[in-house]
Amino acid sequence: MAEGYSILVDTSKCTACRGCQIACKQWNQLPGTKTQQLGTYENPKDLSFDTYKVVRYSEGANGDGKAYWNFFTEQCRHCLSPGCMAAAEKDEIVQDEKTGAVLFTPATKDLDFKATVEGCPYNVPRQNPKTKVLAKCTMCFDRITNNMIPACVKSCPTGAMAFGERDKVLDACKKRVEELKKTHPKAEAINPNDVRVIYIVTDDPKKYFKFAAGK
Amino acid sequence: MTNHWIDIKNSDVILVMGSNAASNHPISMKWVQKAKDHGAKLISVDPRFTQTSAKADIYAPLRSGTDIAFLGGMIKYILDNNKYFADYVVNYTNAAFIVGDKFDFSDGLFAGYNAEKRAYDKALWAYKKDDKGIVAKDPSLKDPKSVFQLLKKHYDRYTPEKVSEITGTPVPDLMKVYEAYATTGVKDKAGTILYAMGWTQHTIGVQNIRAMSIIQLLCGNMGIAGGGVNALRGESNVQGSTDQALLFHILPGYLKAPVATQQTLEEYIAQSTPKSADPRSVNWWSNYPKYTVSLLKSFWGDKATKENGFGYAWLPKLDPGQNCSWLNLFDAMYDGKVKGFFSWGQNPACSGANANKTRKAMAKLDWLVNVNIFDNETGSFWKGPGMDPKKIKTEVFMLPAAASIEKEGSISNSGRWAQWRYKAVDAPGKAEPDGDIMYELMVKIKGLYKAGGKFPDPIMNLKWDYADEKGHFDAHRVAKAINGSFTQDVKIGDKQYKKGDQVPAFPLLQADGSTSCGNWIYCQSYNADGNNMARRKKDDPTGLGLFPGWSWAWPVNRRILYNRASVDLTGQPWNPARPVVKWADGKWVGDIPDGPAPPMADEKAGKYPFIMTAEGFGRLFGPGLNDGPFPEHYEPLECPVPKNLLSGQFVNPTIKIFKGEMDKHFTCDPRFPFVGTTYRVTEHWQTGIMTRWQSWLIEAQPQMFVEISHELAKLRGIKDGDKVKVSSARGELDCVAMVTTRFRPFQLGKLTVHEVGMPWCFGWITPKDGGESSNLLTPNVGDPNTMIPESKAFMVNVTKA
Repeated sequence: MAEGYSILVDTSKCTACRGCQIACKQWNQLPGTKTQQLGTYENPKDLSFDTYKVVRYSEGANGDGKAYWNFFTEQCRHCLSPGCMAAAEKDEIVQDEKTGAVLFTPATKDLDFKATVEGCPYNVPRQNPKTKVLAKCTMCFDRITNNMIPACVKSCPTGAMAFGERDKVLDACKKRVEELKKTHPKAEAINPNDVRVIYIVTDDPKKYFKFAAGK
Repeated sequence: MTNHWIDIKNSDVILVMGSNAASNHPISMKWVQKAKDHGAKLISVDPRFTQTSAKADIYAPLRSGTDIAFLGGMIKYILDNNKYFADYVVNYTNAAFIVGDKFDFSDGLFAGYNAEKRAYDKALWAYKKDDKGIVAKDPSLKDPKSVFQLLKKHYDRYTPEKVSEITGTPVPDLMKVYEAYATTGVKDKAGTILYAMGWTQHTIGVQNIRAMSIIQLLCGNMGIAGGGVNALRGESNVQGSTDQALLFHILPGYLKAPVATQQTLEEYIAQSTPKSADPRSVNWWSNYPKYTVSLLKSFWGDKATKENGFGYAWLPKLDPGQNCSWLNLFDAMYDGKVKGFFSWGQNPACSGANANKTRKAMAKLDWLVNVNIFDNETGSFWKGPGMDPKKIKTEVFMLPAAASIEKEGSISNSGRWAQWRYKAVDAPGKAEPDGDIMYELMVKIKGLYKAGGKFPDPIMNLKWDYADEKGHFDAHRVAKAINGSFTQDVKIGDKQYKKGDQVPAFPLLQADGSTSCGNWIYCQSYNADGNNMARRKKDDPTGLGLFPGWSWAWPVNRRILYNRASVDLTGQPWNPARPVVKWADGKWVGDIPDGPAPPMADEKAGKYPFIMTAEGFGRLFGPGLNDGPFPEHYEPLECPVPKNLLSGQFVNPTIKIFKGEMDKHFTCDPRFPFVGTTYRVTEHWQTGIMTRWQSWLIEAQPQMFVEISHELAKLRGIKDGDKVKVSSARGELDCVAMVTTRFRPFQLGKLTVHEVGMPWCFGWITPKDGGESSNLLTPNVGDPNTMIPESKAFMVNVTKA
C-alpha cells in the first residue's frame, strides 16, 4: 500500500534539541530510564521497550580536516512491506490500512523476538523483559487518527520533521533533495520508496548512524 | 535585543558568537532556518564545535576570552578594504566627531589612568566642542583626531597574523568570517549578531559587545530588519527582571540608583539628565525628570509631594563608589557583614562563580529564606558536601513558590515583548505566587513598623494597594500601576485627562507629580485600550514579522529600535525590499518610528536617529564605559599565555581583584595548564533545579561531564567515558570525560593550548550520582562595568580519577 501518511525527517535542519525524543516519552507516557554519561550526548544509549525514539549523535572529521556533527532522530520507519511482520503468524503486528502505521499489539508477547528483530532492516523492535511484549513507535496512531500530528513532529522547532499525506511528503522530499544537492552533492533521501519515515541526509548515511540506511 | 526573535529571518548573514543558540535557544534556530531558506549564511565562532556550528556555513574556533582580538581584526578588515557603509557611517555615527586633545592611547592604556584607583578619568575622553557646546565634526573623516581616524589607528595593530596568534583561529578561517560578514556593509544587506553569556561573562564582557556594536554601525546594520545587536537572554523573563530593576545600580526603566551625595531630588536629576546643545538631537533622556517623579509617585502616591521632593529622601542611596553586585555581595557575606539573605528563584550555591566561597559565605548568615519551586543546593547548603550542620548557625526558611504556569502575569522576552500569560492550574499545597509572598511580606513589615522602628517613613508611606478584594496579589493592579495613571485632572494640549485615567503612553508623563508611573518604558502596556500585553492579533502588515498586534513591546510597541537609521536622509528605506519605516506624505509608515520628527534632510525639524545618545549618533567611540572608549584586547585574569601580544597591559587594568583567602587565581601556572570554560545544555535549565527532578530530562543528560580533545585525552591517558577530576585554583569536581573531535588544541604561534568545557547544570542534591556544579571552579572576578563573573575563561587541570 502506498497511500496513507509519511514523516519527512530533514536532518539538514535538525539541531539535536531532542524535543522529539522528550515529546515521544511525554505523549506515550514512557518512563525515564536510568542512564549514565558514557562520553557522548547520546542518551539513552539505545531504543528500548520504554524508548521509541533516540537522537543519535555522530561526529568526526571530514577529508578536509573540518569537524562534522550529524544528528539522526532514530525511530521505526513504518515500512511499506514491514520486515518485522514476516515472523508474525496472526495479528501480533498489524499495518493500519488508512494511515500505513505499523503497530505492535499486546499479542507480540507470543512472537519470536529474535526473528522479529532480524526481520527489521533497521533493528527497531524491543522487548519488555518481563512481559515479553514488543514495543516501538506507533506513528502516534492515537493522535493521527484524531486530527493531530505526531508528538515528535509537533515539538520540532526548526521544521526538520514534517508529517502529511504520503504523496505530498514524497513531493516535498524530492524538492528538498534537489535543493540540497546544489550545496551538498551527496544529499539523498534514504529508501523513500520503502519506508514511511523518510530521512534526508547530506552525506553518507553511515556518518549519521550505523543503521540509518539499514543493517 | 534591539530587534526581536522573528526578525532573525530577515538577515543575510547571521553571526553566532558568544552563544550556542541551537542548544540554549532552540527556537531561535527556527528563524535562522527561515533565513537560510532564502540564502542567508550562518557563521559560528566558538571554542568548541557546537550544535550551532554543526548547522553553520562557516565555523571558526577561537580561544575563550579573545573575542576582542577577533572582532578588532574584523574592524580592521572592514576599514582597510572599504567594506563599511559610508553614507551611514558619515551621517548616523559619530565617525566625524573630533575627539579632544587630551585623549590618547598608548601601550594598552587610554588617557587618564590612575593605577592606584585602577580607574580612568573619563573627562579626558571628551569630544572637542565649540563655545556653544556643539561637537566639532569633520564629515570628510580625514581629521586625525576624528573618531574615524582614531578607530582606524586603534585597530591597525589587529593584523590577521597577530589576531590568529592570540585567538588560535587559523588565518584562513578568520578571513572567511571577515569576508562573509563584511558583505553586509552595503545598503541592501543585513547582518545580525546573536550573542549570550559567551560574551558577557568575561572581564572584558561589555567591550566584547561594544566591539560588535562598532561593526554593526560600520556595516549600517543598526535599525534595519535582519540587523541589530541581539542578546539572547538566558531566562524567559530576565529581560523583564532588568527592565524592572532587579539590580543594585538601577531603578525601574533604567533610571540610575541614587548616590548618598545626591541629597535632593534636584541634585539627583541634574546629575542624571544628559544635556545636548544641539537642537537636532532628540536626547530622549532629557525626559529623565518626568520618569523619575512619576516613579516616586508610584512608590508613595499621595505622600509624595512637591514639598517633600516626591519622597526622594526615602529612596535608599548607594555610598559613593559603592558596588552591590553579586561578587561584592557574597564577599561581604563571606566577611560576615550580611545578616540575612532572600534567595528568590535562584540557586547561588551552584550558579555563582567560585561557588565554594558562596556556600561558605551562607554559613555566616543568621538567616536565609529560600523561595523556590523545589529544594535546591542553596536552601540545603548546610547539609551539603564539606558542611557540618552542627557548626552552622544559619536558620533557613523554605517558602514554596508557584511555577510560571500556576500564576498570571507578564513575561518580557529577549525581543522586549511583554506577553501576558494566564494561570493554567493552581499551585500545589501551600505554594504561592511570588507576588503573593512579596505582598504579604510587606503587609507584615508595615504592621511591625506600626509598633515603631527606625526611619519608618519609606515603609509606612509606601503605597501598597496591589491586592484584590480577597486579599490576594493582583497582577492586573500591578501592571496598571507600572503603566501609570494621572493623579489629578489635567489638560495636555487640547486633551483633558481625569484623575485615575491610565496614562496613554510615556510622552504624556509629567515631572510635576500629575502622573504616576512604575516604569516609564512600560507606559502604554496597560492603558485605556486595555491590557495590550494580552493582545494576540496575528496581522503582519509589513511582511517583516513585526506582528504589531501580538502582545506589546517596549518602548511604545516599537519592534526594531533605532529604526530611523534604516532610511536615507530623505526617509526612504536603504533596502526597499525590507522597509522597516518610510517617510511618505509627511508621515512615517511601518514600525513605530523613533519619534515623529521628519527625516534628517529637513534641516529645521529633522532629527538625528540615535535618540538615546545625548548627541544623537551611534557611538563608534564610546566615552562612557569604565574601561575605555574603544574595546581593547586584554587577557582573561587566568590565561595560558605569558603576555598580551598587543600591549604591555596584560589584563583589563580596571578590574577589581579580590584578595581574600578564598579568592585564588593563577595564570600560566603548570598546575592548571588548560583553558576551561562553561556552558549550558538544552536539557537542563540554568543550575538544573527545574530540570534535574524531571526523569525524561535527566535520562537524556544524566551526569556531569567534561569535553576534551583527542589530543588532550592522549596526553593524559584518558579514554572516552573515563572518570576524571577537573580542578582549578578554587576547587575540584568529578566528571565523565567526553573525548571529542569538536574540541581541538589551539596553536598560538609556537605554543599549543588545550581548552576543555563543562556544563554548569549539575549539583549534589539530585540526582545522587549526577555530580557537582562547574562553578566550584570558576573565578570570582568581574567585568569592570557590570561585575558579571568571568565564568567563560579560566585555567584548570584534568587528570584521570
